[in-house]
Amino acid sequence: MSAVDVGVPVLEARGLVKRYGSVTALDGADFDLLPKEILALIGDNGAGKSTLIKALSGAIAPDDGLILLNGAQMHFRAPLDARRHGIETVYQDLALAPALDIAENLFLGRELRRHGILGLVFRMADRQRMLREARAHIANLKIRVGSLTQAVETLSGGQRQGVAVARAAAFASRVVIMDEPTAALGVKESGQVLDLIREVREQGIPVVLISHNMPQVFEIADRIHIMRLGRRVATITPKSHTMEEAVALMTGAVSFQRTDG
Amino acid sequence: MARINQVNSERGSFVLARARATSTLGPLLALILASIFFATRTDRFLTSDNLSLVVQQVAVVGIIAIGQTLIILTAGIDLSCGAVMALGTIVMTRLAVTHGLNPYLAIGLGLGVCLAFGVLNGVLVTGLRLPPFIVTLGTLNIAFALTHITSNEETIANLPAPLTFFGNTFQVGTTSITYGSVLALVLALVTWFVLAQTIGGRHIYATGNNPDAARLAGVRTRRVLLAVYTSAGLLYGIAALVLIGRTGVGDPQAGQSDNLDSITAVVVGGTSLFGGRGGVVGTLIGTMIVGVFRNGLQLMGVAAIYQFLITGVLVIIAVAIDQFSRRRRT
Repeated sequence: MSAVDVGVPVLEARGLVKRYGSVTALDGADFDLLPKEILALIGDNGAGKSTLIKALSGAIAPDDGLILLNGAQMHFRAPLDARRHGIETVYQDLALAPALDIAENLFLGRELRRHGILGLVFRMADRQRMLREARAHIANLKIRVGSLTQAVETLSGGQRQGVAVARAAAFASRVVIMDEPTAALGVKESGQVLDLIREVREQGIPVVLISHNMPQVFEIADRIHIMRLGRRVATITPKSHTMEEAVALMTGAVSFQRTDG
Repeated sequence: MARINQVNSERGSFVLARARATSTLGPLLALILASIFFATRTDRFLTSDNLSLVVQQVAVVGIIAIGQTLIILTAGIDLSCGAVMALGTIVMTRLAVTHGLNPYLAIGLGLGVCLAFGVLNGVLVTGLRLPPFIVTLGTLNIAFALTHITSNEETIANLPAPLTFFGNTFQVGTTSITYGSVLALVLALVTWFVLAQTIGGRHIYATGNNPDAARLAGVRTRRVLLAVYTSAGLLYGIAALVLIGRTGVGDPQAGQSDNLDSITAVVVGGTSLFGGRGGVVGTLIGTMIVGVFRNGLQLMGVAAIYQFLITGVLVIIAVAIDQFSRRRRT
């Protein structure tokens, strides 16, 4: 159904179904993420964006349907499963522990241990190595923060989101998923995060981006996946369609005209 | 060269950041000021014998406060600690004296009972997702009841030597120091290492600071909580043994105010009741502050009831400071 057909998808989903009681959040949803692209995911409230993302990142298990990573079927039972396969997610606002510092947040949940008996028996953290690697990751994405040992709560909103993105980018080998990464940010800070997202793509990792901000979506996305009532109704590009047309597809005012025959 | 400077400045700011995060500077200053005050008021305060006595007096509540620190760092609270410790003392002394069990076995079983209460608290908090306040209020009453049922309300005396070991003293110069005081310091040191230097310690802070973020980052938060409550239970058992050493008896009335006293020590030491901030060094200082005030007022001949008054004021000041610094941060 996609308007642009290039390459083999890195991550794909076929016929995902998820019901919560009598509510059907996903109703046979398909999904394709191509290599080195920024794919925006848009849809009205309740269209199933979040549920789809949760299924792809392992936060929920779909009732039916397939998830394939590089063509191999996946069965994610927890976010950790998806992460082990190289899929990292940046959550909207619960991503960081504010009292911990930048380096600690970057390595939260996968701290590096000291070599030898200190690490093996006493599980002693290798603080210096984490600081070194954190510095490299932060520099890699051209994020500007002061010291890596300052608590995250001392950072601006944009810098915090930068740390969250850096964490995802540092550990993602296949896919980065971002849920409304600019929702709480001002214009200038949003711009910085968008630059970051492009930087992640430059490093060869495709990005899935949920956003309500149409101008932003049209500015940054390579392709736009439109959801409505728990399904994908269209995949368009910023070049093939206008914002008005995208909104019309989202709300069901018009239905998608097949261009591939 | 610039790079080296950057590393150094980061090390420097690391120390600063720690000091700020654990906020031990304020409590330390309070302890020093209080000590100076009492030293000018009474000649007996600043003698090595008296300071050793203060440490002895606070060793039991100090060990409990270490467990309480772990729990408060996860944004929990433990009201059952004193009652669990009292049950531990009764199990140890009654098994050893009334039932004539091998004293080491009796100690082991007493520690086991306290540990089991820690596990129970942890399972109820993580498994049933009940609020720690309510869970430990329940286990407080259960442990209290079991203590009085199993002891027949009797104080158990004539204890075998191994049970009172931690009340024994050794000499440093002319000062006698109890093994219980040393044990309390060793336990604080071990806990400091775990909290400040290990991965498990990072996970305790993260779980208390933002449990959702910790979980999504791959921290097994339930396992962290279970480990924290279990460790705390074991610490209460050790406190029970130190208490037996200090008093020389198994007393069913023991520990009734230790839950609030330990929370006081933790809070006065700068650990946030909202979780994720603070540490065991602060608790050590907080415990000493409370101990120094009690001891100093006693030496000055102030009636005991004023000690409660001062403690109450200290707690409110500490919590107010925590609240204000929290507001400023957000």
